[in-house]
Amino acid sequence: MSLTKDEIYEKIQTALIDALGVDDDEVTAEATLVGDLGAESIDFLDIVFRLEKAFDIEIPRSELFPEDILTNAEYVQDGKVTPTGVEQLKKRMAFADLSKFEQNPMVQDFGNLLTVNDMCRYIEGKVGAT
Amino acid sequence: MRWFWIDKFVEFESGCRAVAVKNVTLSEDHLHQCLPAYPYLPASLIVEGLAQTGGLLIGEYNRFTERVVLAKISKAEFHGLALPGDTLTYTAELEYIKDDGALVRGTSHVNGQLQAEVDLFFAHLDDRIEEEMFEPVHFLNMLRTLRLFEIGRKADGERLEVPSHLLEAERS
Repeated sequence: MSLTKDEIYEKIQTALIDALGVDDDEVTAEATLVGDLGAESIDFLDIVFRLEKAFDIEIPRSELFPEDILTNAEYVQDGKVTPTGVEQLKKRMAFADLSKFEQNPMVQDFGNLLTVNDMCRYIEGKVGAT
Repeated sequence: MRWFWIDKFVEFESGCRAVAVKNVTLSEDHLHQCLPAYPYLPASLIVEGLAQTGGLLIGEYNRFTERVVLAKISKAEFHGLALPGDTLTYTAELEYIKDDGALVRGTSHVNGQLQAEVDLFFAHLDDRIEEEMFEPVHFLNMLRTLRLFEIGRKADGERLEVPSHLLEAERS
């Protein structure tokens, strides 16, 4: 059974509230997981587990957290993702808006990229929202 | 001091739920360390007891071949103090488990009253950390002391067996 975008948003909101201990009004579409909601590295695994359970899907870690690209010398030079690396990221993370990151693609800033909206688009792509 | 924060299991259904009890006694030093004239079991040790209940539930799911560590306390709510003479009943339910970890929901009850609720996230250590967490024979002795194999049942209702790698360690 496919879900509406609102239903997907609600389930993601619940997962984030439970995983991060934030209030529901903090989980806005534009909120970034790290900067606004205070997610730390261990939280991402917790969030992935909750989303997998809520939507009955498998989430390969590399789809949401492309560490293999960000730690590959072929795609990173002097702490900056190369244009080829950015292309790889865009290909892998079509659900995420990388336009801001692209302007100054420092690896250290990548962690603060994902927003609630990105998560919604990712899940919508997985479950086929109506 | 031994780091046992449960006394025994009273129910154990593999891959599903575990129930353990913790008897709170006035002779425990840590009861007296928060308020001198008002001994109670610190909340952190109730979380630890729930984590031990849930952690062993997760460990048993993989026949104790994974190294299970408490990685995160997502939620911890307390509704009352645990006082000397109380018996805490800890229930851990396995919400979700994968290769890299598990989610557990836990509750503590005193005389049927909800005393605490926790959501715990456990991780399985990967090969980057080589350290052994427990010496196998001591670990097996601990599981027996907690009566895991006396009351533990598999999902089909059959009695839990001692994992062969622990038995082999004991024989060698």
